[in-house]
This record gives sequence, C-alpha cells and structure tokens, in this order.
Amino acid sequence: MADQLAIGSRRGLKPALPLLLPAYLWLTVAIFLPLSAMFFFSFMTDLPLAGKEWSFTLGNYAAFFSQSLYSRLLLSSLRLGLEVTLWCVVIGYPAAYVLAKVLKGRSREAIFLLVILPFWSNGLVRIFSWAMVLREGGILDTALNAVLPFKINIDLMYSYPAVIIGLVHSYVPYMVLTCYLTLQAIDDSLIEAGRSLGASRRQVLWRVIIPLSMPGLVAGAALIFVPVVGSFMEPRILGGRTGTFYGTVIEDQFVAVFNWPLGAALSFILLAVVLIILALAAPVLRRTG
Amino acid sequence: MAGVQVANVSRSFGAHKALDDVSIDFADGGFYALLGPSGSGKTTLLRQIAGFDFPDSGRIAIGGESVERVPVEKRRIGMVFQNYALFPNMSVADNVAFGLSVRGEPKATIATEVQRALDLVQLGKLGGRRPHQLSGGQRQRVALARAIVTKPRVLLLDEPLGALDKALRVDMQIELKRIQREIGITTIFVTHDQEEALTMSDRIGILRDGRLVQEGPPEEIYDRPQSEFAATFLGDANILRGDATGSGIKLPDGTTIAASTGASVPAGAKASCAVRPERIRISTGATTSDPANANTLKGRVSKRIFAGNNSTYFVERDGQTLKVIVQNTGTERLAEGQPVVLTWSPDSTVLIAA
Repeated sequence: MADQLAIGSRRGLKPALPLLLPAYLWLTVAIFLPLSAMFFFSFMTDLPLAGKEWSFTLGNYAAFFSQSLYSRLLLSSLRLGLEVTLWCVVIGYPAAYVLAKVLKGRSREAIFLLVILPFWSNGLVRIFSWAMVLREGGILDTALNAVLPFKINIDLMYSYPAVIIGLVHSYVPYMVLTCYLTLQAIDDSLIEAGRSLGASRRQVLWRVIIPLSMPGLVAGAALIFVPVVGSFMEPRILGGRTGTFYGTVIEDQFVAVFNWPLGAALSFILLAVVLIILALAAPVLRRTG
Repeated sequence: MAGVQVANVSRSFGAHKALDDVSIDFADGGFYALLGPSGSGKTTLLRQIAGFDFPDSGRIAIGGESVERVPVEKRRIGMVFQNYALFPNMSVADNVAFGLSVRGEPKATIATEVQRALDLVQLGKLGGRRPHQLSGGQRQRVALARAIVTKPRVLLLDEPLGALDKALRVDMQIELKRIQREIGITTIFVTHDQEEALTMSDRIGILRDGRLVQEGPPEEIYDRPQSEFAATFLGDANILRGDATGSGIKLPDGTTIAASTGASVPAGAKASCAVRPERIRISTGATTSDPANANTLKGRVSKRIFAGNNSTYFVERDGQTLKVIVQNTGTERLAEGQPVVLTWSPDSTVLIAA
C-alpha cells in the first residue's frame, strides 16, 4: 500500500505540472511580482516618478519604531482583529453547529443561503446599509423607539462598536463555513457514544465536539483575523474619526499622502507581525486540535 | 446488572410504524439477540432501550425502574456502535477512561479500571495508541472495553461485528461471548446475521416490520418456528402450502403431509408445513429403512451444489423447488435430472397456521 502510494506520487508530479502551472503562474504574476515591487519601494526615500530623486533607506521602517503612533495603532488593530474573530466564533460556531447537526434538507439549504448572502453583495453597499441602520434617526433607532415606551437615543454611527458590527457582518460567513465543514464531518455516533457513557450534552460539546472541530475554528480564525487587522474600509466608513486603525493609516499613505514607501514598509511590518502571531499560535493550536 | 423489560412499546416516525406494540423480557445476565431484516425495527428498539429516542407509548424498565423518559446519559447503559464510534482525538486509554472521567472519578481509580478493562479485552499494552493506528478487530475491543468499564446495567450492541471480515468475526463472536460470561452482564445484541444470532445468544427475538414475530431460545425457534417468516429467516426451510387436515396438510395435488409439531390448525383452514433441508432424506427409491409414517414426495433433481462436507440438491416437484442438504458420506451422488424420492419424518415437520 505504502509502496504503491510512493510510486504513484513519484510518477504523479510530472503529469501534474500542466495542472499546477496556471495557478502558480497566476500567483507569481498577481502576487509575487507586485509584492516584490512593494518590498523594493519600502526601502526607497521617494517614488521614482516624474524624475524625482530617490535613494535607498531604512528610514521607513525606522519611522515605525521611532513614532509610538504606529505601534499603538497596530496594537489597536490587533485588538480589533481579536475581538472581531471572537465575535465571529461566538456567533458563527453555534450557527454552524445547528446547520451541520440539527437542520436537515430544505431548511438547511435555506439557512445556508442566508449565511452566504453577504458574499453575494458588494462590500461597500453592505457597509453603507449598516450606516443607515446605525445612525441616529436611522432604522435601528426608529424601530426601537417605535416599540419601546420610553425614548432612547441610539447612535452607534462613528463608534468602535459600529466598526465591530460591520466587520463581524462581513467576516462571520467564513467562520460558519469552515466550522460547518469540520462539524459536518463529525459522526453523529460519536456524540451518541459520549452520551451513552454518561456525559451530559455540555460535556460532549467540550470534550468531543469542540476538540474535533478545532481545525475549522483555527482556519476560520486565520481567515478572519488576518484581513481584519489590515482592514480600512469598515473602520473608515463606520468608525469615522474613531475609526483610525493601522489599516486606514496604510491606506492614507497610498491614496492621500502619496508616501508609498512608508505605506509599503508599514504593510510589511504588519505582514511580519501577523506571521509571527500565526507561528506562535500554531503549536498551541495543534496540541488542542 | 439488571434485566430489561420492554412492554407494549410503539414508536412511529411520521406515517411509518417503526415499532408496533413490542413486548420482550430480557432476563438478567442473559445474552439476547434481536434479529431481523433491515427496516424491521431492531435498531429502533435498541435505541429505545438505550434512551436515544423515547417511545410514543409503552413502558421500558431497567432493573425494575421505569426509564422510558430518562435520557441516555442517565440510564447507566453501555453501548457498542456499528462503526465503534471511538473518539479520534483521544488515545485508546482516554477513550476507555471517558465514561469514568465525565463522572469525576479520581484519576488513580480511572487508571486502574481502564487497565483492567483493556486487559479484559486483551489490549493491555495498546493504551497509548490512537484509534486510527488500530485494526478493525482491535477497535472493536476498545469499543467494548469503553462500554463496560463504567459497569453499566446493560450492554447494548448494534451490529458490532458487521464491519469485520468473516474469520475475525468468528473470533470476536467467541471473544464477546467469553467477556459477557466473565462479567455476567445482560446483553442485547442487534444483528441481521442469523448465524451470529444462533451461535451467540441464549434467546433470540425475531422482528419484522416493527413487530416481534417470535421469541425464544435459538433451538426452539429453529425447531418450532411459528410463522413462515421465522422459519425462512432463521435458517433455511422448505415451505409446503395446503389445507389443514388436523394432523398435517393436504397439498393441492392430493398428497398428505403429516406434521407432529407446531400449531394446531382446524381442519380445512389454510396452513403450511416447514421442513429443514438437512432433515430430508433423498434417494432414488423408497427404501425399507424409512418408517411407515414418513412423509414422501417424488421429484426430479434440477441442480446440485457441492460444498465439500455437504451437497445441496434442488429438487423440482409440482412447480416448486425443494432444498435438500446431504452430508458427504461418499455414497450419495445423484445426477441432475434424475428422478428422486424425498422422505422425512413427521417429527421434523412443523405445522404453521397461514
């Protein structure tokens, strides 16, 4: 059996090349080249446009360490990523559990559709529709005041919670999908076996289901945490003045200040930090999973 | 340990009656097989006893205590699942320890009990392995150790040997029986394999379409089936149909068949007779060695299947094919197409009401 597999994989690589090539070509052209260019920019004093003078420097990276603003923003972005990921787990995991283990047939399909619906709508439209809901005199405010006997003011617009709400809405489907896949692969008889051995539903959840769905939770968390830390659209539109994060500062360097080298350097610092976090988390997560 | 009483249990899923007024008394310490084709309700009944599902009506008692509304985790049962359902994220020892650990037993007690259970199933050295590193038979043993380590009142087995190959299955049958005897636990065993049911159990319950067809020791069901279904599902049987005469039946062609066991059917009613293939003697002509009251039918060999220690003859008569199994004594070799006489004793003939 093992011998056959070994032969299969040795013989398998060459015929597989035509299948792999398009993906790798695309990755090279679309990711590796621009990223290399950006990496190059991050060591320049200025953009080589319109005959401007430029030279190599480490100043862009030094800026991150000399000004506490950047590291403070990076920390608040990491916190944002952590909080959004946590909310996505809290909201997404139970939904995934119900989808995988409780619902069957048509009702499952219908709920599934609702979960992936955010994917089908434009990101900007999604965020602006939240703006309509969250602002004072908006849909949430009006609706609550119509129902409640006393007057309350709901104005979540341009606040940290608004940013969280918008980001969780955008990213929760990832958590639902990855957890659904691992939960669905857990045989129902494992749950029944746990209960037949005297475990309560809660004990079965903690000792059997959650450990077995760890890969899905980890995959979902990585898919959410990484882009949220660098996010700028939701913080800018829903956060307003409070929505200054690491991602929005990077965006500013590219579209407002036109300091591409600094923007590039900040991006690579973010990339390095995220990679370090994932590397540190990997062994811990592998043990629990 | 405790006996299990199932009284008038019914359970429907929508319009489908999965269990229809089933009553069985499982004696304390007995080994009981629930036998039936797929869809007969045998697994549904096991799940009712386990507590995964509750009956619509009827009573289930374990050790005299009514449990029909008690959830599974409170019933103190042990169960072995068809696919073993070992927790893949835990070692063998942790799998076995699970039931004790959720109860909050002290670590030292757990370790001793787990080792004892693993020794009992002869896997004492494999506690550190993961389930995926074990063979099918070993997983089976781990599942069994896990189910009995908590000292449950009843052991429930859902087709536990179905996934094993033939040779291993026979080994496990013996092994399972040994362990069951050793700890003396009431065991209820679901299977669709009649041979397994015959060789392993003290009593068998045959289910069909959610109803209990017949219940009793294997010999009793085999020798005195009360329905054509029981006769043909547990072992092979030749079924002859006709009108009851009071002491047997009269076939459509006028031949009478005498039956001295089975139901008493009033003369004139429809009835059938069941005869086991190994009870029939096949010969080229009536011989004097047959008792005077023997049943006799004439036919023609349509096919012979040689299986080493025995041969199966298919004998054509009056549009019906009868099966005869003959031990290989080296003398009887009948050719296909040959006219033959079948004789058997009325004692081997079971009368069944239609």
